Amino acid sequence: MKALLYVLCLSLLSWANPLWAQSVEKSVVVGSKNFGESFLLAEIAAQVLEAQGFAVTRQLGLGGTLICYEALKNGEIDLYPEYTGTLSQAVLNLPGNPGREALNRALRTDGLELLDEYGFNNTYAVVVSDALAKDLGLERIGDLHNKSLTFAFSHEFLQREDGWPGLAQRYGLTSEVTGIEHGLAYQAIADGAIDVTDAYSTDGELQRYQLRILEDDLGYFPEYRAATLVQTSASAPLKEALSGLGNILNESQVQALNAEVVLQGRSFAAVASDFVRANSAALGLGNVAQPQASSSWLQQNWVVELWGHFVRHLQLTGTALAGSIAIGLGLSVLVYRRQRLADGLVYLCGLLQTVPSLALLALMIPLFGIGFVPAIIALFLYSLLPIVRNAITALSHTDPNLVKVSQALGLSPWEQLRYLRLPLAMPAIFAGIRTAAVISIGTATLAAFIGAGGLGEPIVVGLSLNDTDMILRGAIPAAMLAIVVELAFGGLERRISPPK
Amino acid sequence: MSAVSEPSDSAVSFRRVGKSFGEVAVFRDLTLQLPMHQTTAIVGASGSGKTTLLQMINGMVRPDAGAVDVLGKPVPAQNLEAFRRGIGYAVQGAGLFPHLTAEQNVTLVAKLEGWSEADVRSRFLQLLSAVGLAADVAGRLPRQLSGGQQQRLGICRALMLQPSVLLLDEPFSAVDPITRLGLYESFEQVQQADPVTSVLVTHDLREAKRLADFLVILDQGQVVQSGKPAEVLAHPATAYAQRLIESQLS
Repeated sequence: MKALLYVLCLSLLSWANPLWAQSVEKSVVVGSKNFGESFLLAEIAAQVLEAQGFAVTRQLGLGGTLICYEALKNGEIDLYPEYTGTLSQAVLNLPGNPGREALNRALRTDGLELLDEYGFNNTYAVVVSDALAKDLGLERIGDLHNKSLTFAFSHEFLQREDGWPGLAQRYGLTSEVTGIEHGLAYQAIADGAIDVTDAYSTDGELQRYQLRILEDDLGYFPEYRAATLVQTSASAPLKEALSGLGNILNESQVQALNAEVVLQGRSFAAVASDFVRANSAALGLGNVAQPQASSSWLQQNWVVELWGHFVRHLQLTGTALAGSIAIGLGLSVLVYRRQRLADGLVYLCGLLQTVPSLALLALMIPLFGIGFVPAIIALFLYSLLPIVRNAITALSHTDPNLVKVSQALGLSPWEQLRYLRLPLAMPAIFAGIRTAAVISIGTATLAAFIGAGGLGEPIVVGLSLNDTDMILRGAIPAAMLAIVVELAFGGLERRISPPK
Repeated sequence: MSAVSEPSDSAVSFRRVGKSFGEVAVFRDLTLQLPMHQTTAIVGASGSGKTTLLQMINGMVRPDAGAVDVLGKPVPAQNLEAFRRGIGYAVQGAGLFPHLTAEQNVTLVAKLEGWSEADVRSRFLQLLSAVGLAADVAGRLPRQLSGGQQQRLGICRALMLQPSVLLLDEPFSAVDPITRLGLYESFEQVQQADPVTSVLVTHDLREAKRLADFLVILDQGQVVQSGKPAEVLAHPATAYAQRLIESQLS
């Protein structure tokens, strides 16, 4: 029992950390998806707003189009950079290349509006390595016909209407394809693990990995013209402040900006800041002051930043775990004597466990928005199964002889629970909590996809930059935390279960 | 002389009790009185219904027909916990809670009853010495105690609340013969100091002969004979009683 209190106290204590004290100032929330260009465009928009006196909160690296779109629709964020092709193909199901006016008519149903296009077209592209292209004489997508090559596409590309299914049909490609995280695909090509993948045509890494874009000779891919997506209800001053972003960038400029991040290892904030200062007149800004250190999203001191992620991670998992211990044990105690109810509860928790983590996080958005709360609820739901299953099994399998004795002694059902069943079930319950804790710590790295922060944040940014160091900066502490928690719970478990 | 003699002053009485488990009838029309402040031994083969009979006294098993009276009152249908706290219960293997110390095991229910620390402690020490245990066992867990020590503690626990009736379900059978003799002596001392109406279920006629004031021989749910042990043993009334006595005592 005491050990459970320790866990609860720890999770409460983690809240007291001033490093994560958040300001409650009402500010414009700028979102982005979890790839480099989206980070960069969002950072530029954020700095343009800051230069005009807006307070800005950044919710960058949200896990994909669906999560960003839902978050904007629900008012969890106020704007994010989106692409016309993505809206028409993946969100609104409009054929061809509808213009901004047509898109805006369709977007109105969801209360959203696309502002002026930035000027460049970042379309999907199919890429291979330069060397392979030369070897096999690959120039057009159609040249991939009947070549024995390994195809691996990002998960989103595999699913989208305008992605692989339509592409394969249009070009009559029949190759087997596998899914790969986009951030890993270029390295996989460089390593020779795969031959063909999808890319964005403005991607700064195309140069670095010496990749060739195969020409879309059949004109399959729609246009992906970037622009800021906002709510129709956004204030006139806000829209006005963003109007300078119209026609500010062409393809080669974006590719250069992207390359500064991925090739020179500069932060999004620094690259964006340089860009905003160099283009202050075109952006409709007066003299732009030197950016304040606090506006830099990627802090230079990564140790301090890591500590913040770490504390946040503890808060996420600790709070979720405390909730699932309290509610999981409470439910178990209520139902363990009723076999069918108990089976039903375990079954339900098992069902929750089968929902893929990202899908569960996405499902949370319409209900709880993005950020900390939905992440905790999702983690809480995942933690229930091991706790409930172990608790119910242990509580309902107390030695029947001892149960009989406890009845004969005149213990009430509650007293039997308190003095016999629960103490004897403690080691099993603890093992369940231990499993739940380790699962939570792992799953919580995905919470960054819905803007909940934690050690998943460097992983998400690292993936978008293909920056292994940064990925490890999140992955190693998360793994260490899981191991430490595993060992600590093991120690506690030995303390509560008497020596044999 | 009737084969079934009835004590005049009865602590427990079964009146026309019937009990079946599913298709199997354990008792049909059982009538039996057990004497006050004495030890009754219920002897019979496995499956004769001994334990069922015992568990009808504290309401762990409910008769389908008839009634069981304890100290003149029927076993209640409600609030069984309070009723059971007035009836001690000790079982084979002691059934101590493995996570509680000897003292915690014995005193648990007294504490739940709201006894003062001092009363709990003095009753516990009194019982320890009555069953011949040293005070230093108090803080030990059951697994750190011998089978005999555990069994003595089981009896202490059963006696803790000064019950009016003590139920003993073969509590002496799972220990070695020497330890068993020690347990007999302890039990006899306890009974001499402050006799409690006790019902001892056993399949061991020697044990019954030594400890009981009143003997009931049970065969397939029927009381085949009851009375003072010496009389029953000297004059078995049925072929079954005869065989039982010859198999164990001759």
